[in-house]
Amino acid sequence: MVAAVEPAWYLILAAMIFAIGAVGLLVRRNPLVMFMCVELMLNAVTLTFVTFSRMLDDIGGQAVVVFVLVVAAAEVVVGLGIIVAILRKRPSATADDLALLKG
Amino acid sequence: MEILDLVWLIPALPLAGFLTLMVIGRRLGEPLAGLLATAMVGGSFVVTVAAYLSLLGKAEEERQFTQVLFDWIPAGGLSVDVGFLVDPLSITMCLFITGVGALIHLYSVGYMHGDPNYSKFFVYLNLFAFSMLMLVLGNNLLITFLGWEGVGACSYLLISFWFTDPEKASAGKKAFVTNRIGDWGFMVAIFASFAALGSVTYTEILSGAGGLAETTATLIAATLFVGAIGKSAQFPLFVWLPDAMAGPTPVSALIHAATMVTSGVYLLTRINPIIAEAAGWLAPTIAWVGAFTAFVAATIAISQRDIKRVLAYSTVSQLGYMFLAIGTGAYVAAVFHMITHAFFKALLFLGSGSVIHGMHAEQDMMRMGNLRKFMPITAATFIVGWLAIAGVPPFAGFWSKDEILLYAFAENPALWLVGLVTALLTAFYMSRQVFLVFFGEERFEVEHAAAGDGDGTADTEDIDEADAAGAGDDEVLVLHDPPHESPPTMTLPLVALAGLAIIGGGLNLPFTGGTKFLEHWLHPVLGENEAHIDVATGTKVGLAVVAIVVAAVAIAAAYAIYLRKQREPVEPEILAEGWYYDRSISAFMGGPGRMGFDAVATFDRVVIDGAVNGVASLVRRTGEGLRGSQTGFVRSYALLIAGGAVVLLAYFLAQVTF
Amino acid sequence: MSSTLVLAADIGFPLLTASILVPLAGAAVVALMPKRRAELLRLVALLFAGSTGAFTVWMLAAFDRGDSGFQFETTHTWIEEFGIQWHLGVDGISLFLVVLTGLLFPLTFVAVTPKKDPKAYYAWLLVLMAGCIGAFTALDLFLFFIFFEVVLVPMYFLIGGWGYGDRVYAALKFFLFTMFGSALMLVAILALAFVDRDANQPEVEQAEQQLIQLEQVAQQQLAQGAQVDPQITERIDELEATIDEGDQLTFDVVELAENRAETLQAQQAGEVVADPNADSWNPFDWTAPKWIFLAFALAFAVKVPLFPLHTWLPDAHTQAPTAGSVILAGVLLKLGTYGLIRFGLYLFPDSSLFFAPVFLTLGVIGIVYGAVVATMQKDLKRLVAYSSVAHLGFIALGTFALTTQALQGSILQMVNHGVSTGALFLLVGLISDRRHTREISALSGLQKSAPVLAGVFTLVMLSSIGLPGLNGFVGEFLILAGAYLTAKWWAVVAAGGVILAALYLLWAYQRVFHGEPTEEDLDTPDMKLTEFAWMAPLIGVIVFMGVYPKPVLERIEPSVSSLVQHIEDATDFDEPDAATSGFSGTIADSADSADSAGTSDGEVEDGDDPDDGEGE
Repeated sequence: MVAAVEPAWYLILAAMIFAIGAVGLLVRRNPLVMFMCVELMLNAVTLTFVTFSRMLDDIGGQAVVVFVLVVAAAEVVVGLGIIVAILRKRPSATADDLALLKG
Repeated sequence: MEILDLVWLIPALPLAGFLTLMVIGRRLGEPLAGLLATAMVGGSFVVTVAAYLSLLGKAEEERQFTQVLFDWIPAGGLSVDVGFLVDPLSITMCLFITGVGALIHLYSVGYMHGDPNYSKFFVYLNLFAFSMLMLVLGNNLLITFLGWEGVGACSYLLISFWFTDPEKASAGKKAFVTNRIGDWGFMVAIFASFAALGSVTYTEILSGAGGLAETTATLIAATLFVGAIGKSAQFPLFVWLPDAMAGPTPVSALIHAATMVTSGVYLLTRINPIIAEAAGWLAPTIAWVGAFTAFVAATIAISQRDIKRVLAYSTVSQLGYMFLAIGTGAYVAAVFHMITHAFFKALLFLGSGSVIHGMHAEQDMMRMGNLRKFMPITAATFIVGWLAIAGVPPFAGFWSKDEILLYAFAENPALWLVGLVTALLTAFYMSRQVFLVFFGEERFEVEHAAAGDGDGTADTEDIDEADAAGAGDDEVLVLHDPPHESPPTMTLPLVALAGLAIIGGGLNLPFTGGTKFLEHWLHPVLGENEAHIDVATGTKVGLAVVAIVVAAVAIAAAYAIYLRKQREPVEPEILAEGWYYDRSISAFMGGPGRMGFDAVATFDRVVIDGAVNGVASLVRRTGEGLRGSQTGFVRSYALLIAGGAVVLLAYFLAQVTF
Repeated sequence: MSSTLVLAADIGFPLLTASILVPLAGAAVVALMPKRRAELLRLVALLFAGSTGAFTVWMLAAFDRGDSGFQFETTHTWIEEFGIQWHLGVDGISLFLVVLTGLLFPLTFVAVTPKKDPKAYYAWLLVLMAGCIGAFTALDLFLFFIFFEVVLVPMYFLIGGWGYGDRVYAALKFFLFTMFGSALMLVAILALAFVDRDANQPEVEQAEQQLIQLEQVAQQQLAQGAQVDPQITERIDELEATIDEGDQLTFDVVELAENRAETLQAQQAGEVVADPNADSWNPFDWTAPKWIFLAFALAFAVKVPLFPLHTWLPDAHTQAPTAGSVILAGVLLKLGTYGLIRFGLYLFPDSSLFFAPVFLTLGVIGIVYGAVVATMQKDLKRLVAYSSVAHLGFIALGTFALTTQALQGSILQMVNHGVSTGALFLLVGLISDRRHTREISALSGLQKSAPVLAGVFTLVMLSSIGLPGLNGFVGEFLILAGAYLTAKWWAVVAAGGVILAALYLLWAYQRVFHGEPTEEDLDTPDMKLTEFAWMAPLIGVIVFMGVYPKPVLERIEPSVSSLVQHIEDATDFDEPDAATSGFSGTIADSADSADSAGTSDGEVEDGDDPDDGEGE
């Protein structure tokens, strides 16, 4: 009998994915990669939601996940569009070069 | 009663004249505009005479009639009507305002000949007549105030009539602003009487005066006195009147001698029941302010060179007499002197105007002399005026001045003495003026070459040149045309006024009770507030003789100095400069006063606005300081977010007790 | 009053709503029109503004002069949850301000031609007009706030876009100053609504307890299988309604004022515990009403503007285009003084009374200070702007003197100032159009070349100085006479302001119109006939209101006396009645009553305790 998968495992997995995403966001300079890291973090949170939803037997958490998915999709459309546009213009651009918001 | 119902016509006619001339005055042109204005004031005079006769036909206690036209300012418990109070006092005022006013209007028809703003002059003049009549006819303080401010505004407009001359424009402003200081007192009096009595209507406040607390009565009377000081050019606010002579001479005669400046005297006479209720110190204060002003102004008049300035200071001095009379409770004497003064001072001013006109706008007496040869009518009438003001019997001024001195003597011999010295000075400076102008040798030359085409009338534009000419003091004046007598429109009023100046004393002869006509006539208004003095007949005669002697001595002294040249004239600069009073005020206003105003304006700019701009720049600088933290590196922002999340997490974990 | 007009008001034509929506519609129409046809744009704008003006005149004609309450009221629920309503109405206090707005706007359309982009210019002006009328008629605090703010935007663009010189700075300053005040006001409005609701809470709790008991009774009856007593059901419904009502927020001005007055009356009668620190000047003792009042008052004080919050005014006035200055002085400043009366005195009778000495003092300082600073100005328009500070000081004085005469005078003076100062700005505009300068020192002797202009200027100036027989005097006199009853020394000092008014205006007039004209001065053209034609109505009003102000005063009076009555009912203030019998009044008497009014001598002496607690 395979031991039942404890909810805690899912949470740990989610935390690990989140950490990978967060560290990746901080250390990488390629905007595309940074963007993927953001997606990782987002999905880690989604995973947490589903886990708790299951644990607490509350459908609300899964409903939020659907919301998050939609928002993430929209975000990808906009964000990726911007990044592609920037990279087309300046192929070698890193995130640090895009410092137009400097005060 | 039918006649009295028409009393609204008295101010309405000049008002109609004002409105008509304002619309079509320019089209009417000269002399129609002037004649229309004269006719309007003349019409008022006719109505006034009719009202006077109607009033005379009534029993003494019924000589009061109120006509209310409409509600002016109704507000809560306050209700102010536009209404007229017809009683002996107001009708007396109206009589000489419209009478003398009509004569001066007529005179102006000739005097203003050729002025580019001919019709405008009469627009203002009619507006003035309207305001002045509202002042004396109003049945409440507020209507009087309407007239009061109205005459002030007209005076401003007329003094600066020749506005291109900065000095004249300045004189107009000075008159208005100085008057306003007095008006402040008037306004406070209105508020106080409204607060204390719930009304500003004369009949109510005067009948209610008996119930006033002493402090209230003192406050009302004292603040009205402040108003009177401003309007009637008493110390310390008399500085505007001599400067007001910058206006055309008829204006000086009408406004600054005969009518407007006497309105302070009218006002105090009108409120005599309130003065009676006021504290004991108020009346003597009025008397002393009057006496002091009379004396100071007379000393200044001695050393003036400008023919009109002598008369201006003389007016201030004579008004001082009237205040002296009021302060001693001699209201009848005050009104009496006001009337006779209106006659002879208007006469003197118009005469001086005629001289100025004839001398082609020269005003310096030191450049005149022997003018009686050139302008006999002017000279003769001027001499009548001189004798009247100098206090020579039987001319009008003698009787009225003597009456004032009598009351002053009964009140306080010191007041009498000041009055007497002033009388001496008055006789002296007026004699000086007459001798310098009409007698002696001619101190001007006539350029005979150009004399041929003189048409006998001078352009009033010449008057502008007069001041320029006045600059060089000792040069001999050279006239292109010889001095000439003025046209009949100007001499006619002179003759009429001279007649009045001779017989004016008849209004109130002191011989028996029966000849004191004015006193009986005014009795309903004054009642028991008129002082009753108990002086032996011998004393009365003695005082009169002293006054006559004093006048004779003064005239003789002036004769000796200015005509026979037996003595050097004593004309110290301090007197010519008016005790430096006006000059110090101007210096103060131009110096520290202006600096004070400037300081406030600077305060506004630097401190208050500076605080606002300071806050703005503080915000900007703070922002500039903080912008350094915004590096623009996305990853450093992310790090900050992560760091923040960690801190928050740590904080919340620390809160949880396991 | 003809019956058809009354009928028109009765059948419910929404006159007020129309006067707000028509100019808004006008703005939309103008915005959609082609840019190039300036004359057509002006015509259309004038049409809309003019018909709004016609509505206001209609309102004036149909106004019932004996009625002290609000007339032409319209109420529509707007945001039900928060009790926010579209509630409009005019009474004697706002009537003439609405009419002034309705007439001044079309006049500026006729009188002033914008120097560029007429389309946006007229659109903004029409929005401004709608905002002003809305602010003067709104009887819902939330609605008022919206209009109060809406007014800012068009004015900002008018100054910034069509102004002179340093216009962007002036526009920004104007905007920030007013925003600063109104931000606090928004908080105050919300706080007021919640405080008002909280005042109902004891009642609501009581109802809730009763409700619980009754419901138990009802359930017992049901359990016993019986019918519920219909009386009990009825009572339950009643209680539920009470609770709903008590929990409902309201922004309705009339309701809030009545509630506040009821509370204060209850406190006075001793039914409710009164604030023990009501008379304390220590800010830490102050309760919510005082702070809320101060927040309102600050917003309005900026708008008035009261010293020392006035520095936006000279900049805004000077840099604004002529029409902007006219509207700013004529209408916008009145939002502040109107607000002080409607939302200060009416909503907070006790706090107004408490803070009256402060505002009286600021008003008097404004009178003297404005006049002194005006005297030293070098720019003609700036001078007129500072004169506004002085004039508005009079209005503040009259407002916080709290007597019928003074308040009537204040309201009248708002209209008078709008007309006179509006006219002065138009005249200065004429001069600066002709000479392209407003520097006083650059002008001289203009009366020679432009006698008609000088004459009109003289008349308007005399009106501004307060010459009796012209409009300015009536207002000033009523303010001072009324203020003398409760605030004697303030009135006496303020009366001294009339001296200064004469000084700065006459001096400026002397420098500009008198003196020897230069070549350039001689070439200055006089007023054209068309220019005189649009000045004529203003001149007419100036003279008419000076000679026969009764029609105006009698329409203002009922509302003002009921406002004073409202204050008297809610506080221990007692309007000192000028002695009518003619015998009882003395200085001592009036000083006494002024003392109890909390606005006079006592205040000068002890400085911290104006309300010597007579009514507690």
